[in-house]
Amino acid sequence: MKVLSKLCMFLVFFFLYAPIIVLILFSFNAGRSTGVFSGFSLYWYKEIFQNRTALNALLNSLILALSSAGIATVLGTAAAAGLHKFRGKYTKAVIMNVTNVPMMNPDIVTGVSMMLLFVFIGRALGASNSLNFATLLIAHVTFNLPYVIVSVLPKFKQMDKNLPEAALDLGCTPLQAFFKIEIPQIMPGIFTGFVMAVTLSIDDFVISHFTSSGFQTLPLLIYSMTKKTVTPDMYALSTLIFVTILLLMLLSNLPSFADQRKENKRIRKASQKKG
Amino acid sequence: MKRAPSLRKFAAAPHLVWSVLFIIAPLLFVAYYAFTDSTGAFTLSNIAALTSANYRMTFMRSISYSLIATVICLVIAYPVAYIIARSRKHVQGTLIMLIMLPMWMNLLIRTYSWMAIIQDTGFLNEILNAVGLPKIHIINTPGAVVLGMVYNYLPYMILPIYSVIVKIDHRLIEAAKDLGASGLQVLTKITLPLSISGIISGITMVFVPSISTFYISQKLGGGNYDMIGDAIERQFMSNYNYNLGAAMSFVLMILILLCMALMNRFSDDDAETGGMII
Repeated sequence: MKVLSKLCMFLVFFFLYAPIIVLILFSFNAGRSTGVFSGFSLYWYKEIFQNRTALNALLNSLILALSSAGIATVLGTAAAAGLHKFRGKYTKAVIMNVTNVPMMNPDIVTGVSMMLLFVFIGRALGASNSLNFATLLIAHVTFNLPYVIVSVLPKFKQMDKNLPEAALDLGCTPLQAFFKIEIPQIMPGIFTGFVMAVTLSIDDFVISHFTSSGFQTLPLLIYSMTKKTVTPDMYALSTLIFVTILLLMLLSNLPSFADQRKENKRIRKASQKKG
Repeated sequence: MKRAPSLRKFAAAPHLVWSVLFIIAPLLFVAYYAFTDSTGAFTLSNIAALTSANYRMTFMRSISYSLIATVICLVIAYPVAYIIARSRKHVQGTLIMLIMLPMWMNLLIRTYSWMAIIQDTGFLNEILNAVGLPKIHIINTPGAVVLGMVYNYLPYMILPIYSVIVKIDHRLIEAAKDLGASGLQVLTKITLPLSISGIISGITMVFVPSISTFYISQKLGGGNYDMIGDAIERQFMSNYNYNLGAAMSFVLMILILLCMALMNRFSDDDAETGGMII
Protein backbone atom coordinates (compact mmCIF):
# COMPACT_ATOMS: atom_id res chain seq x y z
CA MET A 1 0.00 0.00 0.00
CA LYS A 2 2.76 2.42 0.98
CA VAL A 3 4.66 1.64 -2.23
CA LEU A 4 1.51 2.01 -4.31
CA SER A 5 0.71 5.46 -2.92
CA LYS A 6 4.32 6.59 -3.38
CA LEU A 7 4.20 5.43 -7.00
CA CYS A 8 0.89 7.24 -7.49
CA MET A 9 2.31 10.51 -6.10
CA PHE A 10 5.44 10.13 -8.22
CA LEU A 11 3.42 9.69 -11.42
CA VAL A 12 1.21 12.70 -10.69
CA PHE A 13 4.15 14.95 -9.89
CA PHE A 14 5.95 13.69 -12.97
CA PHE A 15 2.88 14.60 -15.04
CA LEU A 16 2.58 18.05 -13.45
CA TYR A 17 6.26 18.88 -13.80
CA ALA A 18 7.08 17.25 -17.17
CA PRO A 19 6.41 20.37 -19.28
CA ILE A 20 8.19 22.54 -16.74
CA ILE A 21 11.28 20.32 -16.83
CA VAL A 22 11.22 20.39 -20.64
CA LEU A 23 10.84 24.16 -20.55
CA ILE A 24 13.77 24.64 -18.17
CA LEU A 25 15.88 22.26 -20.26
CA PHE A 26 15.22 24.19 -23.46
CA SER A 27 15.95 27.53 -21.82
CA PHE A 28 19.57 26.26 -21.85
CA ASN A 29 19.41 25.28 -25.52
CA ALA A 30 22.22 26.53 -27.73
CA GLY A 31 19.94 26.56 -30.78
CA ARG A 32 16.79 28.58 -31.51
CA SER A 33 14.47 25.59 -31.28
CA THR A 34 12.11 24.67 -28.45
CA GLY A 35 11.88 21.12 -29.80
CA VAL A 36 15.41 20.00 -30.70
CA PHE A 37 18.17 20.28 -28.11
CA SER A 38 21.48 21.18 -29.74
CA GLY A 39 23.76 21.78 -26.76
CA PHE A 40 24.01 23.57 -23.43
CA SER A 41 24.33 27.35 -23.43
CA LEU A 42 23.45 30.35 -21.28
CA TYR A 43 22.92 32.41 -24.43
CA TRP A 44 19.16 32.91 -23.96
CA TYR A 45 19.63 34.11 -20.38
CA LYS A 46 21.87 36.87 -21.71
CA GLU A 47 19.47 37.48 -24.56
CA ILE A 48 16.39 37.94 -22.38
CA PHE A 49 17.96 40.89 -20.57
CA GLN A 50 18.41 42.59 -23.95
CA ASN A 51 14.86 41.84 -25.04
CA ARG A 52 13.15 45.20 -24.43
CA THR A 53 9.70 43.94 -25.46
CA ALA A 54 9.77 41.08 -22.98
CA LEU A 55 11.16 43.16 -20.11
CA ASN A 56 8.63 45.87 -20.80
CA ALA A 57 5.80 43.33 -20.81
CA LEU A 58 7.04 41.95 -17.50
CA LEU A 59 7.13 45.45 -16.02
CA ASN A 60 3.62 46.14 -17.38
CA SER A 61 2.35 42.93 -15.79
CA LEU A 62 3.81 43.95 -12.43
CA ILE A 63 2.37 47.47 -12.65
CA LEU A 64 -1.06 46.12 -13.56
CA ALA A 65 -1.00 43.39 -10.89
CA LEU A 66 0.12 45.66 -8.05
CA SER A 67 -2.25 48.50 -8.92
CA SER A 68 -5.30 46.31 -9.55
CA ALA A 69 -4.61 44.24 -6.43
CA GLY A 70 -4.12 47.43 -4.40
CA ILE A 71 -7.41 48.96 -5.55
CA ALA A 72 -9.26 45.64 -5.14
CA THR A 73 -7.85 45.20 -1.62
CA VAL A 74 -9.01 48.67 -0.47
CA LEU A 75 -12.43 48.35 -2.12
CA GLY A 76 -12.86 44.76 -1.00
CA THR A 77 -11.80 45.36 2.62
CA ALA A 78 -14.18 48.32 2.86
CA ALA A 79 -16.92 46.19 1.32
CA ALA A 80 -16.27 43.35 3.80
CA ALA A 81 -16.31 45.85 6.70
CA GLY A 82 -19.71 47.10 5.54
CA LEU A 83 -21.17 43.72 4.61
CA HIS A 84 -20.14 42.35 8.00
CA LYS A 85 -22.59 44.80 9.62
CA PHE A 86 -25.44 44.10 7.19
CA ARG A 87 -28.44 42.77 9.06
CA GLY A 88 -30.71 41.98 6.11
CA LYS A 89 -29.92 38.33 5.31
CA TYR A 90 -31.60 38.50 1.91
CA THR A 91 -29.84 41.67 0.70
CA LYS A 92 -26.53 40.31 1.89
CA ALA A 93 -27.05 37.04 0.01
CA VAL A 94 -27.92 38.92 -3.18
CA ILE A 95 -24.83 41.14 -2.86
CA MET A 96 -22.55 38.15 -2.20
CA ASN A 97 -23.97 36.30 -5.20
CA VAL A 98 -23.37 39.28 -7.49
CA THR A 99 -19.87 39.68 -6.03
CA ASN A 100 -19.07 36.05 -6.78
CA VAL A 101 -20.21 36.22 -10.40
CA PRO A 102 -16.69 36.82 -11.81
CA MET A 103 -15.44 33.87 -9.76
CA MET A 104 -18.16 31.52 -11.09
CA ASN A 105 -18.43 32.76 -14.66
CA PRO A 106 -15.94 31.39 -17.16
CA ASP A 107 -13.16 33.89 -17.80
CA ILE A 108 -14.09 34.18 -21.44
CA VAL A 109 -17.62 35.35 -20.58
CA THR A 110 -16.30 37.88 -18.06
CA GLY A 111 -13.82 39.15 -20.64
CA VAL A 112 -16.34 39.34 -23.44
CA SER A 113 -19.00 41.01 -21.28
CA MET A 114 -16.60 43.75 -20.18
CA MET A 115 -15.37 44.22 -23.71
CA LEU A 116 -18.95 44.77 -24.88
CA LEU A 117 -19.50 47.37 -22.14
CA PHE A 118 -16.28 49.23 -22.96
CA VAL A 119 -16.86 49.11 -26.71
CA PHE A 120 -20.43 50.35 -26.29
CA ILE A 121 -19.35 53.26 -24.09
CA GLY A 122 -16.40 53.97 -26.37
CA ARG A 123 -18.67 54.16 -29.41
CA ALA A 124 -21.14 56.35 -27.56
CA LEU A 125 -18.31 58.73 -26.71
CA GLY A 126 -17.03 58.59 -30.28
CA ALA A 127 -13.61 57.22 -29.35
CA SER A 128 -11.75 55.40 -32.10
CA ASN A 129 -10.27 52.86 -29.68
CA SER A 130 -12.30 52.10 -26.60
CA LEU A 131 -9.81 49.73 -24.94
CA ASN A 132 -6.78 51.01 -23.04
CA PHE A 133 -4.93 50.64 -19.73
CA ALA A 134 -7.92 51.97 -17.77
CA THR A 135 -10.28 49.31 -19.16
CA LEU A 136 -7.71 46.61 -18.43
CA LEU A 137 -7.28 47.91 -14.89
CA ILE A 138 -11.06 47.99 -14.32
CA ALA A 139 -11.36 44.42 -15.59
CA HIS A 140 -8.59 43.19 -13.29
CA VAL A 141 -9.99 44.98 -10.23
CA THR A 142 -13.38 43.42 -10.99
CA PHE A 143 -12.16 39.83 -11.08
CA ASN A 144 -9.87 40.38 -8.09
CA LEU A 145 -12.58 41.83 -5.85
CA PRO A 146 -14.45 38.61 -4.94
CA TYR A 147 -11.19 36.91 -3.91
CA VAL A 148 -10.33 39.79 -1.57
CA ILE A 149 -13.81 39.84 -0.05
CA VAL A 150 -13.86 36.05 0.37
CA SER A 151 -10.58 36.15 2.29
CA VAL A 152 -11.36 39.23 4.43
CA LEU A 153 -14.99 38.62 5.40
CA PRO A 154 -14.35 35.47 7.49
CA LYS A 155 -11.71 37.35 9.49
CA PHE A 156 -14.34 39.91 10.54
CA LYS A 157 -16.58 37.06 11.63
CA GLN A 158 -13.80 35.40 13.64
CA MET A 159 -12.83 38.66 15.35
CA ASP A 160 -13.80 39.14 18.99
CA LYS A 161 -16.76 41.52 18.83
CA ASN A 162 -15.94 42.93 22.26
CA LEU A 163 -12.63 44.42 21.10
CA PRO A 164 -14.04 47.27 18.97
CA GLU A 165 -16.80 47.72 21.58
CA ALA A 166 -14.19 48.17 24.27
CA ALA A 167 -12.30 50.66 22.13
CA LEU A 168 -15.47 52.69 21.66
CA ASP A 169 -16.23 52.58 25.39
CA LEU A 170 -12.75 53.84 26.10
CA GLY A 171 -13.39 56.87 23.92
CA CYS A 172 -12.20 55.91 20.46
CA THR A 173 -14.14 57.31 17.54
CA PRO A 174 -15.61 54.58 15.28
CA LEU A 175 -12.91 55.35 12.69
CA GLN A 176 -10.12 55.07 15.25
CA ALA A 177 -11.57 51.79 16.51
CA PHE A 178 -11.68 50.49 12.97
CA PHE A 179 -8.13 51.40 12.02
CA LYS A 180 -6.45 50.71 15.37
CA ILE A 181 -8.35 47.61 16.49
CA GLU A 182 -10.12 45.91 13.60
CA ILE A 183 -7.60 46.36 10.79
CA PRO A 184 -4.74 44.71 12.74
CA GLN A 185 -7.09 41.84 13.62
CA ILE A 186 -8.10 41.17 10.02
CA MET A 187 -4.63 41.84 8.57
CA PRO A 188 -3.91 38.18 7.68
CA GLY A 189 -7.09 38.13 5.58
CA ILE A 190 -6.19 41.37 3.84
CA PHE A 191 -2.72 40.02 3.12
CA THR A 192 -4.03 36.73 1.70
CA GLY A 193 -6.52 38.62 -0.45
CA PHE A 194 -3.83 40.93 -1.79
CA VAL A 195 -1.43 38.10 -2.61
CA MET A 196 -4.20 36.14 -4.31
CA ALA A 197 -5.20 39.19 -6.33
CA VAL A 198 -1.59 39.82 -7.43
CA THR A 199 -1.08 36.23 -8.58
CA LEU A 200 -4.43 36.06 -10.39
CA SER A 201 -3.74 39.33 -12.13
CA ILE A 202 -0.19 38.43 -13.19
CA ASP A 203 -1.37 35.11 -14.53
CA ASP A 204 -4.49 36.32 -16.31
CA PHE A 205 -4.53 35.96 -20.04
CA VAL A 206 -8.14 35.42 -21.13
CA ILE A 207 -9.75 38.53 -19.61
CA SER A 208 -6.80 40.74 -20.60
CA HIS A 209 -7.04 39.38 -24.13
CA PHE A 210 -10.50 40.90 -24.49
CA THR A 211 -10.13 44.11 -22.49
CA SER A 212 -6.73 45.45 -23.48
CA SER A 213 -5.20 46.99 -26.52
CA GLY A 214 -1.80 48.61 -26.65
CA PHE A 215 -0.87 47.76 -23.06
CA GLN A 216 0.98 44.47 -23.44
CA THR A 217 1.37 42.23 -20.41
CA LEU A 218 3.57 39.15 -20.28
CA PRO A 219 0.76 36.62 -20.92
CA LEU A 220 -0.43 38.70 -23.88
CA LEU A 221 3.10 38.81 -25.29
CA ILE A 222 3.50 35.06 -24.85
CA TYR A 223 0.16 34.52 -26.61
CA SER A 224 1.19 36.59 -29.60
CA MET A 225 4.49 34.70 -29.72
CA THR A 226 2.91 31.24 -29.52
CA LYS A 227 0.94 32.10 -32.65
CA LYS A 228 4.25 32.01 -34.53
CA THR A 229 7.23 30.54 -32.70
CA VAL A 230 8.46 30.93 -29.18
CA THR A 231 12.20 31.47 -28.84
CA PRO A 232 14.01 29.98 -25.83
CA ASP A 233 14.50 33.44 -24.31
CA MET A 234 10.85 33.33 -23.19
CA TYR A 235 11.63 29.95 -21.62
CA ALA A 236 14.58 31.55 -19.86
CA LEU A 237 12.34 34.33 -18.53
CA SER A 238 9.71 31.80 -17.39
CA THR A 239 12.41 29.76 -15.67
CA LEU A 240 13.67 32.83 -13.82
CA ILE A 241 10.12 33.71 -12.72
CA PHE A 242 9.51 30.11 -11.66
CA VAL A 243 12.69 30.01 -9.57
CA THR A 244 11.80 33.37 -7.98
CA ILE A 245 8.35 32.12 -6.97
CA LEU A 246 9.81 28.87 -5.67
CA LEU A 247 12.26 30.82 -3.50
CA LEU A 248 9.50 33.15 -2.25
CA MET A 249 7.36 30.18 -1.30
CA LEU A 250 10.24 28.46 0.48
CA LEU A 251 11.05 31.66 2.37
CA SER A 252 7.45 32.22 3.41
CA ASN A 253 7.26 28.62 4.61
CA LEU A 254 10.52 28.73 6.57
CA PRO A 255 9.00 30.27 9.71
CA SER A 256 6.32 27.60 9.83
CA PHE A 257 8.95 24.90 9.31
CA ALA A 258 10.90 26.33 12.25
CA ASP A 259 7.72 26.43 14.34
CA GLN A 260 7.02 22.86 13.38
CA ARG A 261 10.46 21.76 14.50
CA LYS A 262 10.07 23.55 17.84
CA GLU A 263 6.65 22.01 18.27
CA ASN A 264 8.05 18.54 17.53
CA LYS A 265 10.82 19.07 20.09
CA ARG A 266 8.31 20.24 22.69
CA ILE A 267 6.13 17.18 22.11
CA ARG A 268 9.12 14.88 22.28
CA LYS A 269 10.28 16.42 25.56
CA ALA A 270 6.81 16.24 27.02
CA SER A 271 6.46 12.59 26.11
CA GLN A 272 9.93 11.85 27.51
CA LYS A 273 8.95 13.42 30.81
CA LYS A 274 5.82 11.36 30.89
CA GLY A 275 7.75 8.21 30.06
CA MET B 1 -26.77 53.36 26.51
CA LYS B 2 -27.62 53.22 22.86
CA ARG B 3 -25.12 54.36 20.25
CA ALA B 4 -26.01 56.38 17.19
CA PRO B 5 -26.83 54.11 14.23
CA SER B 6 -23.63 53.08 12.54
CA LEU B 7 -22.67 54.48 9.17
CA ARG B 8 -20.52 51.42 8.76
CA LYS B 9 -22.76 49.81 6.16
CA PHE B 10 -21.87 52.58 3.73
CA ALA B 11 -18.32 51.24 3.54
CA ALA B 12 -19.75 48.66 1.14
CA ALA B 13 -21.20 51.37 -1.10
CA PRO B 14 -18.21 51.78 -3.47
CA HIS B 15 -18.16 48.04 -4.00
CA LEU B 16 -21.90 47.98 -4.72
CA VAL B 17 -21.56 50.76 -7.29
CA TRP B 18 -18.59 48.89 -8.81
CA SER B 19 -20.56 45.63 -8.98
CA VAL B 20 -23.50 47.28 -10.72
CA LEU B 21 -21.25 49.06 -13.22
CA PHE B 22 -18.77 46.30 -13.99
CA ILE B 23 -20.52 43.03 -13.18
CA ILE B 24 -24.24 43.52 -13.77
CA ALA B 25 -24.07 46.04 -16.62
CA PRO B 26 -21.63 43.95 -18.72
CA LEU B 27 -23.86 40.90 -18.36
CA LEU B 28 -26.84 42.96 -19.49
CA PHE B 29 -24.78 44.00 -22.49
CA VAL B 30 -24.15 40.35 -23.35
CA ALA B 31 -27.91 39.77 -23.34
CA TYR B 32 -28.51 43.00 -25.30
CA TYR B 33 -26.00 42.11 -28.03
CA ALA B 34 -27.20 38.50 -28.15
CA PHE B 35 -30.76 39.55 -28.97
CA THR B 36 -30.09 42.42 -31.38
CA ASP B 37 -28.61 42.73 -34.85
CA SER B 38 -25.84 45.11 -35.91
CA THR B 39 -28.34 47.98 -36.22
CA GLY B 40 -29.61 47.43 -32.68
CA ALA B 41 -33.02 45.99 -33.64
CA PHE B 42 -34.40 43.01 -31.70
CA THR B 43 -33.76 39.65 -33.33
CA LEU B 44 -33.56 35.96 -32.49
CA SER B 45 -31.40 35.16 -35.50
CA ASN B 46 -28.16 35.07 -33.46
CA ILE B 47 -29.54 32.38 -31.19
CA ALA B 48 -31.11 30.61 -34.18
CA ALA B 49 -27.73 30.58 -35.95
CA LEU B 50 -26.34 28.50 -33.10
CA THR B 51 -28.64 25.60 -33.95
CA SER B 52 -26.79 24.97 -37.22
CA ALA B 53 -25.08 21.59 -37.48
CA ASN B 54 -21.67 23.22 -37.20
CA TYR B 55 -22.33 25.03 -33.93
CA ARG B 56 -24.26 22.12 -32.50
CA MET B 57 -21.15 20.04 -33.12
CA THR B 58 -18.97 22.64 -31.41
CA PHE B 59 -21.19 22.72 -28.34
CA MET B 60 -21.42 18.94 -28.12
CA ARG B 61 -17.66 18.63 -28.51
CA SER B 62 -16.98 21.16 -25.75
CA ILE B 63 -19.39 19.47 -23.41
CA SER B 64 -18.09 15.96 -24.05
CA TYR B 65 -14.35 16.84 -23.92
CA SER B 66 -14.76 18.80 -20.72
CA LEU B 67 -16.86 16.05 -19.14
CA ILE B 68 -14.19 13.48 -20.00
CA ALA B 69 -11.45 15.78 -18.65
CA THR B 70 -13.44 16.33 -15.44
CA VAL B 71 -13.93 12.59 -14.88
CA ILE B 72 -10.22 11.87 -15.50
CA CYS B 73 -9.26 14.69 -13.11
CA LEU B 74 -11.57 13.26 -10.45
CA VAL B 75 -10.19 9.73 -10.85
CA ILE B 76 -6.59 10.98 -10.54
CA ALA B 77 -7.24 13.67 -7.94
CA TYR B 78 -9.18 11.67 -5.37
CA PRO B 79 -6.44 9.16 -4.49
CA VAL B 80 -3.83 11.93 -4.63
CA ALA B 81 -5.84 14.18 -2.31
CA TYR B 82 -6.44 11.20 -0.02
CA ILE B 83 -2.76 10.27 0.15
CA ILE B 84 -1.76 13.88 0.86
CA ALA B 85 -4.42 14.30 3.55
CA ARG B 86 -3.27 11.09 5.26
CA SER B 87 0.45 11.94 5.25
CA ARG B 88 2.26 13.65 8.12
CA LYS B 89 1.40 17.31 8.81
CA HIS B 90 4.61 18.94 7.63
CA VAL B 91 4.81 16.69 4.56
CA GLN B 92 1.27 17.80 3.67
CA GLY B 93 2.31 21.46 3.46
CA THR B 94 5.19 20.64 1.13
CA LEU B 95 3.09 18.38 -1.10
CA ILE B 96 0.31 20.98 -1.42
CA MET B 97 2.90 23.61 -2.27
CA LEU B 98 4.29 21.31 -4.97
CA ILE B 99 0.78 20.81 -6.38
CA MET B 100 0.18 24.56 -6.52
CA LEU B 101 3.59 25.59 -7.81
CA PRO B 102 3.03 24.76 -11.53
CA MET B 103 -0.06 26.99 -11.53
CA TRP B 104 2.18 30.01 -11.02
CA MET B 105 3.85 29.39 -14.34
CA ASN B 106 2.00 30.85 -17.28
CA LEU B 107 -0.61 28.46 -18.68
CA LEU B 108 0.15 29.38 -22.29
CA ILE B 109 3.83 28.59 -22.07
CA ARG B 110 3.24 25.31 -20.23
CA THR B 111 0.77 24.27 -22.91
CA TYR B 112 3.30 25.25 -25.57
CA SER B 113 5.87 23.12 -23.79
CA TRP B 114 3.54 20.11 -24.01
CA MET B 115 3.72 20.42 -27.78
CA ALA B 116 7.43 19.57 -27.66
CA ILE B 117 6.64 16.49 -25.58
CA ILE B 118 3.76 14.98 -27.55
CA GLN B 119 4.80 15.90 -31.09
CA ASP B 120 5.30 12.97 -33.45
CA THR B 121 9.04 13.57 -33.14
CA GLY B 122 8.78 14.71 -29.52
CA PHE B 123 10.17 13.39 -26.25
CA LEU B 124 7.42 10.89 -25.60
CA ASN B 125 7.89 9.18 -28.94
CA GLU B 126 11.67 9.24 -28.56
CA ILE B 127 11.37 7.48 -25.23
CA LEU B 128 8.92 4.96 -26.67
CA ASN B 129 11.28 4.45 -29.57
CA ALA B 130 14.26 3.93 -27.29
CA VAL B 131 12.52 1.16 -25.35
CA GLY B 132 11.35 -0.44 -28.57
CA LEU B 133 7.66 0.46 -28.43
CA PRO B 134 5.70 1.71 -31.45
CA LYS B 135 5.22 5.46 -31.82
CA ILE B 136 1.92 7.04 -30.85
CA HIS B 137 0.26 9.96 -32.54
CA ILE B 138 -1.21 12.31 -29.94
CA ILE B 139 -0.81 15.88 -31.10
CA ASN B 140 -3.75 17.33 -33.04
CA THR B 141 -6.10 14.65 -31.75
CA PRO B 142 -9.03 15.02 -29.33
CA GLY B 143 -6.88 13.12 -26.83
CA ALA B 144 -4.31 15.91 -26.85
CA VAL B 145 -7.00 18.51 -26.10
CA VAL B 146 -8.29 16.47 -23.17
CA LEU B 147 -4.71 15.93 -21.98
CA GLY B 148 -4.18 19.70 -21.99
CA MET B 149 -7.34 20.27 -19.96
CA VAL B 150 -6.50 17.55 -17.42
CA TYR B 151 -2.98 18.92 -17.06
CA ASN B 152 -4.03 22.52 -16.57
CA TYR B 153 -6.98 22.00 -14.23
CA LEU B 154 -5.93 18.93 -12.19
CA PRO B 155 -4.74 21.05 -9.21
CA TYR B 156 -8.21 22.65 -9.02
CA MET B 157 -9.63 19.18 -8.37
CA ILE B 158 -6.94 18.04 -5.91
CA LEU B 159 -7.03 21.11 -3.64
CA PRO B 160 -10.75 21.25 -2.70
CA ILE B 161 -10.93 17.46 -2.20
CA TYR B 162 -7.80 17.56 -0.04
CA SER B 163 -9.17 20.41 2.07
CA VAL B 164 -12.29 18.37 2.84
CA ILE B 165 -10.62 15.01 3.49
CA VAL B 166 -8.08 16.59 5.83
CA LYS B 167 -10.93 17.85 8.02
CA ILE B 168 -12.63 14.45 8.37
CA ASP B 169 -12.59 13.40 12.00
CA HIS B 170 -10.20 10.46 12.15
CA ARG B 171 -12.15 8.94 15.04
CA LEU B 172 -15.04 8.24 12.63
CA ILE B 173 -12.75 6.04 10.55
CA GLU B 174 -11.33 4.32 13.64
CA ALA B 175 -14.84 3.70 14.92
CA ALA B 176 -15.87 2.18 11.60
CA LYS B 177 -12.81 -0.08 11.67
CA ASP B 178 -13.47 -1.08 15.27
CA LEU B 179 -16.98 -2.03 14.25
CA GLY B 180 -15.56 -4.34 11.62
CA ALA B 181 -15.69 -2.30 8.42
CA SER B 182 -13.22 -3.29 5.71
CA GLY B 183 -10.96 -0.71 4.07
CA LEU B 184 -13.29 -0.54 1.10
CA GLN B 185 -16.33 -0.09 3.32
CA VAL B 186 -14.63 2.74 5.20
CA LEU B 187 -13.97 4.43 1.88
CA THR B 188 -17.46 4.05 0.44
CA LYS B 189 -19.43 4.54 3.67
CA ILE B 190 -17.37 7.17 5.52
CA THR B 191 -14.67 8.96 3.54
CA LEU B 192 -16.44 9.31 0.22
CA PRO B 193 -19.78 10.63 1.56
CA LEU B 194 -17.96 13.09 3.83
CA SER B 195 -15.89 14.44 0.95
CA ILE B 196 -18.81 15.05 -1.42
CA SER B 197 -18.70 18.83 -0.98
CA GLY B 198 -15.03 18.91 -2.00
CA ILE B 199 -15.74 16.70 -5.00
CA ILE B 200 -18.59 18.98 -6.06
CA SER B 201 -16.50 22.14 -5.89
CA GLY B 202 -13.63 20.34 -7.62
CA ILE B 203 -15.94 19.30 -10.45
CA THR B 204 -17.18 22.85 -10.99
CA MET B 205 -13.66 24.25 -10.77
CA VAL B 206 -12.48 21.87 -13.50
CA PHE B 207 -15.57 21.73 -15.67
CA VAL B 208 -16.18 25.48 -16.02
CA PRO B 209 -12.71 26.47 -17.26
CA SER B 210 -12.50 23.31 -19.42
CA ILE B 211 -15.73 23.93 -21.28
CA SER B 212 -14.82 27.55 -21.97
CA THR B 213 -11.15 27.14 -22.86
CA PHE B 214 -9.99 28.50 -26.17
CA TYR B 215 -6.25 28.23 -26.09
CA ILE B 216 -5.60 24.57 -25.36
CA SER B 217 -7.66 23.33 -28.30
CA GLN B 218 -5.94 25.74 -30.70
CA LYS B 219 -2.45 24.60 -29.71
CA LEU B 220 -2.78 20.92 -28.87
CA GLY B 221 -5.71 20.20 -31.18
CA GLY B 222 -4.07 21.95 -34.11
CA GLY B 223 -7.22 24.02 -34.70
CA ASN B 224 -9.15 20.97 -35.89
CA TYR B 225 -11.34 20.65 -32.83
CA ASP B 226 -13.16 23.91 -32.29
CA MET B 227 -14.52 24.45 -28.81
CA ILE B 228 -17.12 27.03 -27.73
CA GLY B 229 -14.31 29.24 -26.48
CA ASP B 230 -12.58 29.19 -29.87
CA ALA B 231 -15.83 30.05 -31.62
CA ILE B 232 -16.49 32.97 -29.25
CA GLU B 233 -12.96 34.26 -29.54
CA ARG B 234 -13.12 34.18 -33.32
CA GLN B 235 -16.32 36.24 -33.41
CA PHE B 236 -14.80 38.93 -31.21
CA MET B 237 -11.21 38.99 -32.40
CA SER B 238 -11.32 38.20 -36.12
CA ASN B 239 -14.88 38.12 -37.52
CA TYR B 240 -16.04 41.12 -35.46
CA ASN B 241 -19.56 39.74 -35.25
CA TYR B 242 -20.17 40.81 -31.65
CA ASN B 243 -23.85 39.87 -31.79
CA LEU B 244 -23.17 36.25 -32.69
CA GLY B 245 -20.29 36.10 -30.18
CA ALA B 246 -22.55 37.51 -27.47
CA ALA B 247 -25.23 34.93 -28.31
CA MET B 248 -22.69 32.12 -27.84
CA SER B 249 -21.47 33.59 -24.55
CA PHE B 250 -25.07 33.91 -23.41
CA VAL B 251 -25.83 30.26 -24.17
CA LEU B 252 -22.57 29.15 -22.55
CA MET B 253 -23.45 31.12 -19.42
CA ILE B 254 -26.94 29.58 -19.22
CA LEU B 255 -25.43 26.13 -19.74
CA ILE B 256 -23.00 26.63 -16.88
CA LEU B 257 -25.67 28.06 -14.58
CA LEU B 258 -27.79 24.96 -15.23
CA CYS B 259 -24.83 22.68 -14.47
CA MET B 260 -24.12 24.53 -11.24
CA ALA B 261 -27.75 24.37 -10.15
CA LEU B 262 -27.64 20.64 -10.85
CA MET B 263 -24.39 20.21 -8.91
CA ASN B 264 -25.73 22.18 -5.95
CA ARG B 265 -28.63 19.77 -5.65
CA PHE B 266 -26.09 17.02 -4.93
CA SER B 267 -24.45 18.81 -2.03
CA ASP B 268 -26.60 19.88 0.89
CA ASP B 269 -23.68 21.69 2.53
CA ASP B 270 -23.33 25.34 1.77
CA ALA B 271 -20.54 26.11 -0.66
CA GLU B 272 -18.43 27.81 2.00
CA THR B 273 -17.39 24.64 3.78
CA GLY B 274 -16.26 22.76 0.70
CA GLY B 275 -14.98 25.64 -1.32
CA MET B 276 -11.34 26.41 -1.34
CA ILE B 277 -10.02 28.91 -3.78
CA ILE B 278 -6.57 28.45 -5.28
